[in-house]
Amino acid sequence: MNCPECDADLNIPDDASVGEIISCPDCGADFEISKKEGSNVKLKQAESVGEDWGE
Amino acid sequence: MSKICIVFDRLRSEEKMLQKETSNLGHDTSMLDAKITQINTDNKKTDFDFGDVALERCVSYFRGLHFTSCLEFLDVPVINEFNVANNCGNKMFMTLLLKKHNVPTPKTYFSFSKDGAIENIEKVGFPLVIKPVIGSWGRGIMPIRDKDTLDAIIEIRELTDGPHDRIYYLQELINRPPRDIRVISVGGKAIAAMYRKSDGGFKTNIALGAEPELCKITNEMEDLVEKTSKAMGGGILGVDMMEDEKQGLLVHEVNNTVEFKGLAKVAKNNIPKEMAEFAINSVRK
Repeated sequence: MNCPECDADLNIPDDASVGEIISCPDCGADFEISKKEGSNVKLKQAESVGEDWGE
Repeated sequence: MSKICIVFDRLRSEEKMLQKETSNLGHDTSMLDAKITQINTDNKKTDFDFGDVALERCVSYFRGLHFTSCLEFLDVPVINEFNVANNCGNKMFMTLLLKKHNVPTPKTYFSFSKDGAIENIEKVGFPLVIKPVIGSWGRGIMPIRDKDTLDAIIEIRELTDGPHDRIYYLQELINRPPRDIRVISVGGKAIAAMYRKSDGGFKTNIALGAEPELCKITNEMEDLVEKTSKAMGGGILGVDMMEDEKQGLLVHEVNNTVEFKGLAKVAKNNIPKEMAEFAINSVRK
């Protein structure tokens, strides 16, 4: 799968789950796995860090 | 067999570890993304796959807090409970509860306007530490050592003018080694601890690059963790302590949705396993 932002190759591990964040090694953009059925993976733009994020 | 529902908004390794250890214990999990879950006032618990107990693990504090209120509305047992999340999520509420329950904590001053804060600081003197009442990963925590810094901070607060910017939380600056101690509390029991060493700066948050190092849990830490847990309302907590030269250990922060990825790698106890067991046992009682 290619990065929706810069078209670089994205390495999505087989055991990755919906909700996990994938970072593009080239452009650094973060994507969230929104759907995963076998090798069919859909990505959406990950939320940016919010003011209330963290422990 | 029981089922734990792990509520998340960003699936991190912590949530995956919790899922794995729950499975290793012979129980089921359901993973629920709070971002794409809709709840209404006519909903029943059975409309969702909440299992027997929910573990609220959202990285966004307000999302987690409000989601927890929905879970409790639906009579879903949730760890942590709404009151615990609310108590820990606001530094002022947390500090007041610590003091009320005789947990040693740094002396803290509260003001409710810019003028009140200036008057308070003039009385107390420098240095002090200012902290936003709601915030995490050390953001907005600043030492105030002189009037120029104070004026700059107040000016920034006047400009941003968020609802919490009018609440001034000012704390004594603790004379301590360049580290603090994070203890993970599960049901009031200290299960693992680490030193978080500063890289030379004022803050010791792992999220900001502080180096973790395993810390031996002392009787004093166990006692403080038990008292702190009782003060906050129980559950799973991250209790942060500082070593004051004169006053000994002081609890300065209690975290509601504790991150444990780094500590899990070096701790002798299996942190996610103990958390999962606690969640399962909490609904068996």
